[in-house]
Amino acid sequence: MSKSALIAEGSEWTFAALEAYEAEIARIASGKYRLDTYPNQIEIISANQMMDAYSSVGMPVGYHHWSFGKQFLSTEQRYRKGHIGLAYELVINSNPCIAYLMEENTLTLQALVIAHACFGHNSFFKGNYLFRTWTDASAIVNYILFAKGYISECEERYGVDNVEALLDSCHALMNLGVDRFRRPRPISADEEKKRQHEREDYLQQQVNDLWRTIPKRETEPEEKWPRFPAEPQENLLYFFEKNAPLLEPWEREIVRIVRKIAQYFYPQRQTKIMNEGWATFWHYTLMNDLYDEGLITEGAILEFLQSHSNVIYQPEFDSPYFSGINPYTLGYAMFSDIRRICEDPSEEDRQFLPEIAGSDWLDTVHHAMENYKDESFILQFLSPRVIRKLKLFSILDDDKEDAIRVTAIHDDDGYQRVREELADQYNLSKQEPDIQVWEVALRGDRSLTLRHTQHDRIPLDEDDAKEVIKHVHRLWQFDVHLECMQDNELTQSFVCDDEKVRVEKKDKKKTDKTG
Amino acid sequence: MAFLIIDRRQQGKQKSAVNRQRFLKRFRKHIKDAVADAVSKRSITDMDRGEEISIPRKDISEPVFRQGRGGRQHRVLPGNKEFVKGDRIKRPSGGGGGAGGQASNSGEGMDEFVFELNQQEFLDFVFEDLELPNLVRKQLKDTDSYKLVKGGYTRDGIPARLNVVQSLRGAQARRIALGGAIRRDMKILAEELESIEGDSEFEDRRREITVELDRLRRRLNHIPFLDDFDLRYNNIIRQPTPTTSAVMFCLMDVSGSMTQDIKDLAKRFFILLHLFLKRHYEKTDVVFIRHHTKADEVDEEEFFYSRETGGTVVSSALELMQQVVRERYPSDSWNIYAAQASDGENWHDDSPRCRDLLVNDLLPLVQYYAYVEINSGNEQELWHTYDEIPEKFADCFAMRKVSEASDIFPVFRDLFERKSK
Repeated sequence: MSKSALIAEGSEWTFAALEAYEAEIARIASGKYRLDTYPNQIEIISANQMMDAYSSVGMPVGYHHWSFGKQFLSTEQRYRKGHIGLAYELVINSNPCIAYLMEENTLTLQALVIAHACFGHNSFFKGNYLFRTWTDASAIVNYILFAKGYISECEERYGVDNVEALLDSCHALMNLGVDRFRRPRPISADEEKKRQHEREDYLQQQVNDLWRTIPKRETEPEEKWPRFPAEPQENLLYFFEKNAPLLEPWEREIVRIVRKIAQYFYPQRQTKIMNEGWATFWHYTLMNDLYDEGLITEGAILEFLQSHSNVIYQPEFDSPYFSGINPYTLGYAMFSDIRRICEDPSEEDRQFLPEIAGSDWLDTVHHAMENYKDESFILQFLSPRVIRKLKLFSILDDDKEDAIRVTAIHDDDGYQRVREELADQYNLSKQEPDIQVWEVALRGDRSLTLRHTQHDRIPLDEDDAKEVIKHVHRLWQFDVHLECMQDNELTQSFVCDDEKVRVEKKDKKKTDKTG
Repeated sequence: MAFLIIDRRQQGKQKSAVNRQRFLKRFRKHIKDAVADAVSKRSITDMDRGEEISIPRKDISEPVFRQGRGGRQHRVLPGNKEFVKGDRIKRPSGGGGGAGGQASNSGEGMDEFVFELNQQEFLDFVFEDLELPNLVRKQLKDTDSYKLVKGGYTRDGIPARLNVVQSLRGAQARRIALGGAIRRDMKILAEELESIEGDSEFEDRRREITVELDRLRRRLNHIPFLDDFDLRYNNIIRQPTPTTSAVMFCLMDVSGSMTQDIKDLAKRFFILLHLFLKRHYEKTDVVFIRHHTKADEVDEEEFFYSRETGGTVVSSALELMQQVVRERYPSDSWNIYAAQASDGENWHDDSPRCRDLLVNDLLPLVQYYAYVEINSGNEQELWHTYDEIPEKFADCFAMRKVSEASDIFPVFRDLFERKSK
């Protein structure tokens, strides 16, 4: 290896070295591996700024809220005490793609981070179908700027406390503020601003229409009343934005802002494994290519390998450090294994994954990255070899049994079951309670009924539910009922009227008697 | 491929500052309790720093609808060692790990949310809503309430304030600016003239140039050396100086009956008071008076750390205070405050004298007089005597009893609580 071939020397990074690395990595990434990315915008920040970025959940600018302050304080505290290290980077799904790099990183780490964030995550944001359909990378920064401006204007006009209370309520329902099936409309800050005024008037008018019919109710026969909403609604925030009877126009706008931001982050929540796996797979591949071409030293590649193995370290389930499956580990193991199955398939692979065994690996990983989310990715591509490598096993905790049962391990019998259950573990609609707007009593007390469809008798966390239903009441401002249904039978109900919450539990016998 | 590297390190260090303040505001009740707790636990030399605050996690949680425990829950875990299909595992007791799904992620770990208040924030909380009572604007001489300071330059003013350097600098700049074009033209013409020097063929042109040069020279001379426009005057602005001035007398008993513990409590009280004044009333004077049988005015260092001791004559301190007031702090231009700390024991004939001194001489002069009696038993002589101070001074005289360290902060707050007007 001739010394002159090196991109840069020493372990301290310089701006010139970063540029040189970016150029080399870009050459390999787009030329050899067809990674298609948004333009990169690399920003060098200090540890303090990284903590700032953490607490605004990775948005480059954010509106003000105490919960971000809480996040910041807790990060700061844990960082100072040495409980956590800060991430080397943070990347934002925007166009240009903004990547924050910590100034503390060594040159090798910066190279790793550039490969990981600026080419791995970046190409994922641009290529994956969820991001393509659900988020508009070129508009997000402007939209968040608009949101920040709008919210601080509201704070001036209507008081910080009012806005804060509203945001609390919206945040509580944020996970239920996404459209799971419909394609959302792209957002643009200019358009939002322009149309916001019209919309305020229009929305209010629509709401008024809905409730204007009320005085007539005495004269109308009951059957003629259409059910409202006609179909159950999955997007609670959308429903409140459009239909809550007493919200002010500005309150509707804030509900909308939180909903839009929730929607923007929704794909990220669905692709943790894939996104991190993809980025990790590429930083590994790209760094090794740099080394093979003699562009970085042996020392650098060793330093890189050490960081890389830290990143993909998976504590076992009985380790004190265990906190769930490490998305980097699982994702990286799967993408690497896809490559192996393509290049060097075994008999087992041909049996389990016949579609990809022996195919072109680059085509296959691109296809996987573009067309799957965590759940379907695992269901489709988790190979027996990865299950064996991570020694995955599946357990069943049934409250009707006195012990936890091991239902599958890494053997011929178990592969399929482990694969399915692991996929389920990343299915958001199974991991988060399914709560929809069921009915509004247009004729009666205007109360709102939400319905929780239980699966496998898994109940809601009661303490939290009691709090959240108050937030729902805050938005709806009339009585709110929440019914938990298991196989069309009511198991538990929550009622919230003017800030008081009653919980009724119905065990099997009782419902039998009454029904 | 287009890309950009930006160095952001120099900007926006405190993006989260507002959010942090919002957080502190929202949980001020919790934080205040924790702060009060911290103040009473700290050693007296250690008041002036930040504090670690913890808040019960459930009070600051952000609830969402999530799945609870129960039902049939599947889970896939890594790192199997000995299990085979069909094995039964005893449920782990308590809340720890196990099959809680997401439930265990948020519930795990600390029950308290812990974070650090910095020194500024800490003291803000300590002294929140406190004030010096009855602070009034004392009439000072007019000349004292304004200070004349230089404030840049203006275009108009009186000749005495003319700033020659600035004016000439401006004039020169103007001359250069206005004459630049003319000079350039003259230079070009002069060069041309030189190039055709002595050539009879260009006689006409030469004459033409000479005329033109003359005309330009005249124009140049017409640019005034100093124009009205150039004149700059020193600007003097009147800056108001604070017109409420206050002095705090700290009177501490260091007699032999004051045990080390009691002295420690007294010092704690005065340290709080001193911090409070330093922080909120920058312009406040503090006079430290220490007494046993004889009173001395001492400096801060000696007040807090000296070990001198003796018998007890409380009136000596009051007399000294009266003397200092007379000499240096006339009550028509100063707000006078005093805080006295003692164990309440006094030379037995001296207490009535103290009361008389207070009622006749001192209380009419002061805005507020606070007496703190520190002992663990019953009220002592001085307390009973002070109890006889007439009602009409209720507004400017207060006394409280302290028996242990944890009383100090509540008593301090009580004495200096902001009264709603």
